Amino acid sequence: MVLAIYYVKRRLTNSATFRLALIYMALFATSVMLLMYFIHWSTAGYMGRQLDATIQTEIAALADRYQKDGLGGLKQLIEKRVERQPPVPESFYLLTDPTFHFVSGNLDHWPQVEATPDGWIEFKLNQGKQTVRARRFILTDRFFHLLVGRNIHDLIRTQDIIATTLVWGLAITLILGTLGGALMSRVAGKRIEAINSTCRKIISGKFSERIPTKNSGDDFDQLADNLNSMLDQIENLMEGVRRVSDNIAHDLRTPLARLRNRLEEAKIPDINPTEREEIIEQALKETDHLLSTFNALLRIARIEADERRSGFALLDLAELINDVIELYSPLAEEKEQTIVTNIEPPLPLHGDRDLLFQAFANLLDNTIKYAPVGGQLQADAKKIDSEIVVTIADDGPGIPVESQEEVLQRFVRLDSSRSTPGSGLGLSLVAAVTKMHSGELQLKDNNPGLTIVLTLPYRSEETDS
Amino acid sequence: MRILVIEDDHDTANYIARGLQEAGHQAEHAADGSDGFHRASTETFDALIVDRMLPALDGLTVIHKLRDGGHTMPVLILSALGEVDDRVEGLRAGSDDYLTKPFAFAELLARLDALVRRGDNEAVTTHIQVSDLEMDLLSREVKREGQAIQLQPREYRLLEYLLRHHGQVVTRTMLLENVWDYHFDPQTNVIDVHISRLRGKIDKGFSTPLLHTVRGAGYLLRETSPD
Repeated sequence: MVLAIYYVKRRLTNSATFRLALIYMALFATSVMLLMYFIHWSTAGYMGRQLDATIQTEIAALADRYQKDGLGGLKQLIEKRVERQPPVPESFYLLTDPTFHFVSGNLDHWPQVEATPDGWIEFKLNQGKQTVRARRFILTDRFFHLLVGRNIHDLIRTQDIIATTLVWGLAITLILGTLGGALMSRVAGKRIEAINSTCRKIISGKFSERIPTKNSGDDFDQLADNLNSMLDQIENLMEGVRRVSDNIAHDLRTPLARLRNRLEEAKIPDINPTEREEIIEQALKETDHLLSTFNALLRIARIEADERRSGFALLDLAELINDVIELYSPLAEEKEQTIVTNIEPPLPLHGDRDLLFQAFANLLDNTIKYAPVGGQLQADAKKIDSEIVVTIADDGPGIPVESQEEVLQRFVRLDSSRSTPGSGLGLSLVAAVTKMHSGELQLKDNNPGLTIVLTLPYRSEETDS
Repeated sequence: MRILVIEDDHDTANYIARGLQEAGHQAEHAADGSDGFHRASTETFDALIVDRMLPALDGLTVIHKLRDGGHTMPVLILSALGEVDDRVEGLRAGSDDYLTKPFAFAELLARLDALVRRGDNEAVTTHIQVSDLEMDLLSREVKREGQAIQLQPREYRLLEYLLRHHGQVVTRTMLLENVWDYHFDPQTNVIDVHISRLRGKIDKGFSTPLLHTVRGAGYLLRETSPD
């Protein structure tokens, strides 16, 4: 039991929402107290002030009478007023001589209570059944004392009722507020706990776990949605890493095996020197191929990690693409292909010159490789709105729609292209470079052939370098 | 040539030294940065090959200190760090060229050759002639046996680079970097195609070919064939 209480206590004080609710409660209670004080001041306080004002007015009237008609007139007025009182008098009057001996009024003696500096006295009558609030007045020329008072029993009761009501109101407010706060923190805590428990499950290895949402679109749901999509992204990346390592295992093992075979062949003692030279030459080629594959992989990994942004500068993409085309056009001519270009300079862009060159070289190299002999290639680059759109199209066999997504992955080479040389990394490097430049890479059907559309932001991030 | 190899890996150092000796050079070896710096600043070498990650004193600091001390010999960095930023850093430290490990030996030799002979080649030249092939750098005219040859701008730059380095092996990467001015991996034999087009213009129809292919290395422009 004690443990349970300790646990609850710890849970509650550990809970940020509960602490927030408490802080909120404290502020709320303060403001409620202020409000109550104001209500009290403007009701009970007002009544008291009204009473004081009435007494003042009466004294003023009596003093006025004394001024006009002297002591006799005053006595007469007091007696008249006393006569008008009900059996339990509401108003009290007492006029005494300078030695406090009774002269007139409905009190038989001067109360034995000390007056406040401005002459107010409160005293009880009839064994405390009545409370009287009165003010003393001295007739300045004869030093007679005048006391005018009112029964404030009802007033005190009313004030008490108001005060009690206010205290209860405050208490109920605080109790409801605390309960509400606890409930709120419990509700919020429960949803946070849902997130926490999912996190714990994921940490323990159940990576497919997702945070449950209530589909209400509230901020907890938004948080859960964001965390879930983050988890999806991480899972995708992990999946990617796994696929890449599988592919590396498969695609690098083959050339490594070939390399090993060559080296073993070269060790055979009775082959002639030219043959041996040929074998070693092939082994070297195999090594170079492996190295370039490794380099490409590393490069893609670095680009994807965004490590090379330091190489960014303002450049003209039109010039760069023209350079690529100029470099590759002899290759196309060898296959009797024609390249039709429509490049509208200038196309300023903030980017990495060498990487962009590499990307477009890969694209053009691929296109020339896969387009048929005598085919026609089309390379366009122009500014559309705030983007540079580059399209490279051919009239070759194209890529089936269902494989278009796939070819952007590392090492993917469609069966139809197994016979042509290449590492299967070309397009994934293009994809990585495009992504690094906040661009987009799309493959489309050219009917027949393939259209590659590369969209890059025009003169983007000029200040960010 | 007398070349100092500052390299801490003994296998690599031996491989380089042996290769250099086979190519007719004299190779010396220093196994750490401070020894390398000491020898480079007290003895005379035609060129240095410096690794970046060295014990005692790293390669960039060695080069920096040498340059501060007024030593102007050509320096080639040979490093496993091959990203653009690394190259830029290396060249800024005062090296003349940068080669990434692993490398083809022919590439290293060609680059060393180019570095050491750069002094003579970079002098203001207005006319280069190899055998009966002439290039006028002012009028941008190319002639062979007195006949004018029409070249595209890029072909002209390609030939100019080959002519400036005539008698030396020039690798494909060197051509990409110097003629096209991009640092990238062309994947296919695109340079070969450009060379064969150039060959078609300057060698085809003439008795002796001048532009030769050096197997496993690159190209060589000279009067007699490499073998």
